[in-house]
Amino acid sequence: MSLSFQQKDYLEIRGLTVDFDGFKAISGVDITLLQGRLHFLIGPNGAGKTTLVDALTGLVRGTGEATFRNHDLLTMKSHQIVRLGIGRTFQTATVFEQLSVLQNLDIAAGVHRRTSRLLLSRRSVPERVEEALETIGLTALAHRPAGILAHGQKQWLEVGMLLVQDAKVMFLDETVAGMSSDEREETGELLKRIVADRTIVVIEHDMDFMRRYADFVTVMHSGMVLAEGTVTEIQADRRVQEVYLGTATEAAAHG
Amino acid sequence: MTTTTPESSEAAPVERAVGALAGARRSTSPVGLLKSYGGLIAIAVLAYVLLIWAPGSMTAFRLGNLGKYCALALASMGIGLAWGRGGMLVMGQGVFFGLGGYAMAMHMKLEAAGPGAVPDFMTLYGDGTMPSWWEPFRSGPFTVFAILALPAVVAYALGYAILKRRVKGAYLAILTQALAVAFATLLIATIKQTGGFNGLNTFTTVFGHNLYDPDVKKNVYRVAAGLVILFLVILWQLYRSRFGELLVATRDAEERVRFLGHDPANIKLVAFVVAAVMASIGGAVFVPIAGIISPSNVDATASILLIAGVALGGRSTLLGPVLGAIAVGYGRSSLSEKFPTQWTYFQGALFIVVVLLLPGGVASLGSRLKALRPAKTHRADLEPAISEATV
Repeated sequence: MSLSFQQKDYLEIRGLTVDFDGFKAISGVDITLLQGRLHFLIGPNGAGKTTLVDALTGLVRGTGEATFRNHDLLTMKSHQIVRLGIGRTFQTATVFEQLSVLQNLDIAAGVHRRTSRLLLSRRSVPERVEEALETIGLTALAHRPAGILAHGQKQWLEVGMLLVQDAKVMFLDETVAGMSSDEREETGELLKRIVADRTIVVIEHDMDFMRRYADFVTVMHSGMVLAEGTVTEIQADRRVQEVYLGTATEAAAHG
Repeated sequence: MTTTTPESSEAAPVERAVGALAGARRSTSPVGLLKSYGGLIAIAVLAYVLLIWAPGSMTAFRLGNLGKYCALALASMGIGLAWGRGGMLVMGQGVFFGLGGYAMAMHMKLEAAGPGAVPDFMTLYGDGTMPSWWEPFRSGPFTVFAILALPAVVAYALGYAILKRRVKGAYLAILTQALAVAFATLLIATIKQTGGFNGLNTFTTVFGHNLYDPDVKKNVYRVAAGLVILFLVILWQLYRSRFGELLVATRDAEERVRFLGHDPANIKLVAFVVAAVMASIGGAVFVPIAGIISPSNVDATASILLIAGVALGGRSTLLGPVLGAIAVGYGRSSLSEKFPTQWTYFQGALFIVVVLLLPGGVASLGSRLKALRPAKTHRADLEPAISEATV
């Protein structure tokens, strides 16, 4: 671990633009993601939330700047970005269904393994994996194939995989979508437990979930940042109200 | 607690992968130990059959044939690694088989010609001068080095170019197949340097040992069979290693692996290079047993026959590719003795039956039967095809 002068890590996005053949999915976005807070990214469909995360994780090319630990993420490849400590999940949980929960976590821990060690088979459960199992509450299911997990459990497993990867920045794309209210609450508590020494960005449509757990909210609309602030500030913002009232049916249909 | 149920996606591939990966989970219970080391027991049984039983009870002719199948099996095992585990349908393994085969054949040709002399076909077809790149192959150690290094370098360069550009699926298959066609065409066109359509043949010795001596023949066979066993053990370890898991993970969800911090291209590249080296070694041991290597051993058809054997045996299993290669080779020679004109139909029919009814190959029969047992009895009509294939 390299120690920088800053006490805390942060990811700084300046003037980020994503251009799909003339259509600006994102134009000139400035966001600063600070360590230790649950940062919610909300906005109606097509606002560019997922595209923003795609650009920051190397899936689509963006222009501008996105700096984390003196690296410009926009010039890096996906797997390099992951190795820098930035992880993400996708809207549909993609765990390796035929591997066990433990194997899924162990594979994720491979980032920190020397290449030569890859040729050996697993002899014991790494401490990091055991801790993650505990944190996400799947210890009892460690040896079951991930394919049999319930939807919510798969999402937790994904979060666990980010934990063993030691991701300092986590982008969670609609993690609680399709979860029961119990599962949502458990997810919220889980995120609160792990956020202290990392940055968690949650893309979300569920406003109740946001109100309950968000430390900071960025509202996006048509590829731009519409408003930023705490939940109270956002709720009081006229423009946000307009956007959400205007597309309320759409958002409800999606969320 | 939840409203959604986990969907059970594709049945057969998952089953297969679970079976294949079960060995990776450590356990001290007898069943767990069997799962962990069952592969080694199977390898030991095969080692007994190939290394002790066969040389003791088969005629020299049959043993020579079995040696040829072992050479092909080495290439097939590589295909099992690249295709079965890595998801890359490599349809041009004949190229790497040929690199090793021709390297070996060049050395043996120079041995037959004697020190300082030129291989016979060069005076026959050309003006009797030898290209300078032939010269190093007079040395045995250099030849062995070339057999290992040449395919590794070529596969690395090719694989890097192909896999880093994320070429996959049918495009990768067509591309590798085209390479095999190009390679065979190149060989045929360069008759003065490579013997052209006739290839390289009429050898006398291998590394100083007389090829007509029955004991030497037996030992050459033992080397081929021993290499099969050696590489089975290497693959067994590779499949149960973390790399093996990562390779299967890459095959099943490449993008997900990218977000685990790995470049999937690198993982696949390792499998591609290892597969190429195995094919090359197969080609190298094929030559002293068969006594010839020609473009027809390395072209697209030869490459597809290798694939057919792998599919027949079970591409993602450890022993499937070996059994498939031996079955196809054996079927080819025994059926062609009895039905000289129709044997290709048998082979084609067998291939279709297996692909239709047993997509995981013959080696997946055990797990398939387990799944079928309570439900149906139609497995009975599978069995004739299977015994035909494994005998």
